[in-house]
Amino acid sequence: MKLQTILKSALLSLAIGMSASAVQAHGVWITSSSSVLSAPQFVTFDAAASSVPFIIDHRPLVIDALSISAPDGSKVLPVNVMKGELRTVFDAKLEQTGTYRLELLRSGFRANWKDAENKPKRFMGTAEALSKEVPADAKELKVTESINRMENFITLGKPSALKTTGSGLELVMGTHPNDLVAGEPVELTFFVDGKPTEGVEVEMIRSQSRYRNKLDEKKYKTDKNGKIKVALQEAGLYWLDADFKDNKVSNKLAAERSLAYVLTLEVLPQ
Amino acid sequence: MRKWVPEFISLPAFAPALLPALIAGIFAGSFTGQAGAGEINLKVTLPQINSAEYHRPYVAIWIEKPDQTVEKNLAVWYSQKKTDKGEQSDKWLKDLRQWWRKSGRDQAMPLDGVTGATRPVGEQKLSFVEGKSPLGNLPAGQYNVVVESAREKGGRELVRVPFTWPAQKAVTAKSSGQEELGDVVVELKP
Repeated sequence: MKLQTILKSALLSLAIGMSASAVQAHGVWITSSSSVLSAPQFVTFDAAASSVPFIIDHRPLVIDALSISAPDGSKVLPVNVMKGELRTVFDAKLEQTGTYRLELLRSGFRANWKDAENKPKRFMGTAEALSKEVPADAKELKVTESINRMENFITLGKPSALKTTGSGLELVMGTHPNDLVAGEPVELTFFVDGKPTEGVEVEMIRSQSRYRNKLDEKKYKTDKNGKIKVALQEAGLYWLDADFKDNKVSNKLAAERSLAYVLTLEVLPQ
Repeated sequence: MRKWVPEFISLPAFAPALLPALIAGIFAGSFTGQAGAGEINLKVTLPQINSAEYHRPYVAIWIEKPDQTVEKNLAVWYSQKKTDKGEQSDKWLKDLRQWWRKSGRDQAMPLDGVTGATRPVGEQKLSFVEGKSPLGNLPAGQYNVVVESAREKGGRELVRVPFTWPAQKAVTAKSSGQEELGDVVVELKP
């Protein structure tokens, strides 16, 4: 019974989006079989939530909200979607020259309160569902709005310029994300609702952590121009997680807005 | 280079410091003036590699500036046949990672006078003449010849050979790879 509850809550948090603390507990990620292509072809993806990035050990990621944008802005549908016990798999056929962008945007409201008998209660879902589910006599009610964006980039041939949407937490890289080479530092600028923002907390973890004794995570905080500088000393996959909190909520039910951004980067040898 | 010479002569105050440059300038001027088109001859050795399944390497050869930007593509050897799955074989061109990032992906394959079939083990000779494609006109300066090799089910290696252009006299420069490339010899002719 207890295990069931844990699984249920894990699934819920996956479906709705994660708080900063949940992200730390179980990182979400999407990896691609290639990020640099020289001919049109299929690329396959893994998507999961796990204790350590890229190590498949926990739950599959729900990808219902996934969007794959081709360089010309048209959408590519994922095919061969398979939701396994530990990870979700899908393929996409990439045929245009330029950069494809995968985005998984998940948003919702999370409420914690105590009922008339002082029992802790929680709910996650849309603002409309929340106002129905939370009783009027809820005690110690705390509501947070969360917006989580995950991105992956894959380039066929010449990379194309990337655009941001101006909403939520976003990243602009000084070097194209499919142009990263070990030993070449890169400048990252984080935007909240389209503005470079100070105080965004960023964490980076290199892949293959199972085969070393230290997780070797790197932590950064953006300066007043929203920037951090990252040294990518070693080739490999990198998981980037950024978090920021403010009070610019879209619904007055919530007191706080929690923004998260996750990106997988591939760094090639010189 | 040549048109600088009179300026140096008319400024004697600079002469002591610039004397070596002045001499070099005179020589460069007189040689490029007299000689015909300069030449770059390359010998690139593809080593014998004992492997259960040997495939000829993909190789890119180019001239880069000191800032490592590509000045000229000289040769790209890759399989232009379709794979048994019917895929275009340029699927693997990205494995020439540095060349792909710095030049390959910006152009449409094949490149006239540059791309060709893969080559067998042994010394491969290439000759490039100033004024003729693909060398064309190379402005005077410091450069590297870069050879990048990537082999299916094998490794990848880059070899750089620095040189100065134009050559004052016939010169030879050499570097060697460790695994995937043997000697890379650059012979310059004025």
